[in-house]
Amino acid sequence: MSELVERSVVTPTGSARVWEKGVGNPIGFFAGLGGLPAWLPVLDRLAERHRVVAPSLPGFPGGANFERLDDIFDWSLAAIDLVMEAGLIGADLIGPSVGGALAAEVAALRPDLVRKLVLIAPYGLFDETAPIADVFACKPGEQSGLLTRDPQAYDAYRTRPNSANEMDWTVMQVRAEMAAARILWPLGETGLRKRLSRIAQPTLIIWGAQDRVIPPSYAAKFAEAVAAETKIVTIPDAGHKVEFDAPDAVAAAIAEFLAC
Amino acid sequence: MRALWFHLMPYQDLPDNFKDEHPSVWVSIDRHLFDSQRGHELYNEYMDELEFAAAQGFDAICVNEHHANAYGLMPSPNLIAASLARRTSDAAICVMGNSVALYNPPTRVAEEMAMIDCISGGRLIAGFPVGTAMDTCYAYGQNPGLLRPRYYEAIDLITRAWESEEPFAFNGRFNQQRYVNVWPRPMQKPRPPIWVPGSGSIETWDMCAEKDFLYAYLSYFGWQASAGVMKGFWNRMKELGKEPNPFHAGFLQFVGVAETRKEAEKLYARHADYFYNRCLHLDSGFSSPPGYTTEESIRARLGSQIAAAAGAKGGGPQTIAGDYSKTKFFDEGHVIIGSPDEVADKLREVATQLNVGNILLLMHFGDMPRELTEYNTSLFAKKVLPQIKGLFEDEWEHKWWPKPIAPGQRQQPAPVTAFAS
Repeated sequence: MSELVERSVVTPTGSARVWEKGVGNPIGFFAGLGGLPAWLPVLDRLAERHRVVAPSLPGFPGGANFERLDDIFDWSLAAIDLVMEAGLIGADLIGPSVGGALAAEVAALRPDLVRKLVLIAPYGLFDETAPIADVFACKPGEQSGLLTRDPQAYDAYRTRPNSANEMDWTVMQVRAEMAAARILWPLGETGLRKRLSRIAQPTLIIWGAQDRVIPPSYAAKFAEAVAAETKIVTIPDAGHKVEFDAPDAVAAAIAEFLAC
Repeated sequence: MRALWFHLMPYQDLPDNFKDEHPSVWVSIDRHLFDSQRGHELYNEYMDELEFAAAQGFDAICVNEHHANAYGLMPSPNLIAASLARRTSDAAICVMGNSVALYNPPTRVAEEMAMIDCISGGRLIAGFPVGTAMDTCYAYGQNPGLLRPRYYEAIDLITRAWESEEPFAFNGRFNQQRYVNVWPRPMQKPRPPIWVPGSGSIETWDMCAEKDFLYAYLSYFGWQASAGVMKGFWNRMKELGKEPNPFHAGFLQFVGVAETRKEAEKLYARHADYFYNRCLHLDSGFSSPPGYTTEESIRARLGSQIAAAAGAKGGGPQTIAGDYSKTKFFDEGHVIIGSPDEVADKLREVATQLNVGNILLLMHFGDMPRELTEYNTSLFAKKVLPQIKGLFEDEWEHKWWPKPIAPGQRQQPAPVTAFAS
């Protein structure tokens, strides 16, 4: 397997980091809450058979400044720009959580850009009978436990490497929270429901059975609203960050879906 | 020195086990704790108290805005202010204030405040806070990262709506109105004085300097907590070439006065305890939504924390969430208590030290009953107010105080008479 390569692309929003690894058909990856402070094991699994390309969304680690992105229209355009500039035209696109909400927008608005779509516990819908938990109202130290089944491992993943400046590392993580809040606040529907019916690409929906943020019942709601044929895979023993909790199972489900 | 009598309007019957059994006084406050019969009594009692304070000779009576909050029963301070405008005649009416980013369009604030200014004969002080995270982001669903830009834009829209001689079009980032034309017009020309309660950010100080707004630091932790912020404010005003006019600034202070300090302790301790240990029982998850504090402020705060970790003195994040069970409210200056002379001496000392000419006094706190509130208020009015009133008045002009019409021109409510059957 090839090494992780970092490059940067310039979009109308600003310049953004692109991480890339592996050879084969390209797969785009928009990270979820917290972005990618470091590379993830699930992406290594995927890079065994694909060229995984992860451009950073604005505000997330490595991303452009998001201050002027006011609404979902601005964010969707920024996501489309990233897909195009990162060389992902016609590639498969994967998005967990907040990245999934934007991946779905890209597939709906620019079907020419996306071959197959993988949504991993995406935001974008809201069910009043099963409300989304508020990750933005956690007491100090509680958020990791809400996001994953293994908060200690997740905290370790987010720990500052010795090479990083303490202030910059902390601000990077705070900024990722700000960017997610800018997109999702106050956690209601983003308008995506109206556009899911435009998604004609084959779509895989992955959910952690133990997701405490967005209940697994949302998987069926997405499947119902997407126009194309969909497949739902529920991963046992995984929380909202399914791709972190169960990298092997998630990578296997994606590999199988993309291969057929 | 101007003394403003400020009411938060706390709900009084939060149970003894509130802190242990309930998650928060704010946002997620248990709705079953609200008894509408008590609500009826408290609103009327509290408005009586505000009117009582006005009649006792306080310079202003003051109300504010909170949402889903058991210590602040005024989601709409304008409703209360309108009622107070009818039943008082001389005191300024300080609405401290409206969280202007919450109103769509903010023109609504310009209209309602113009109404209060007209009804009161030009006695309105218009307060424009950003609003707490709990009120704005959680209870009202505002996007935390857009709150401040909305706030600045709303202030711009409202002041133009008051000052403009013609109807105008407003094409903002968040608000678009083809026709802005506030009727009625405010009585004070070109507009009522604007007061800004801030939390110590340089951004807000600069806005106050540039637009000539009064800056008030409202902390529940008394003059000691205010001292550092006010020092920063005055340093910044000096840098910007502003004169150190004490009337340009205000601060908040709990006060309990009695014949002796010992008596004051006896009278006020339980009500202070109710305020700090029930009213400030806040779920800390609600205090800092991502984006509410700007990246610049976070860097500054982290800088001081990193310095603190290295042994220097630094400040933590500002939040009211905390454990006050061991707090010594009186010794630490959160609540100033004592005999009238002791309280007057302390207030003069503090006002002089902070160089602040407006003091917003919380003389009702927690579950204080009407009799004690009136006792505190009237004793202060009789024996403390005369001792502090003259402070700064000879040296400085108060440029941020309402300019009402002459008393002889002001309408009084007509007596209500019933037709004979």
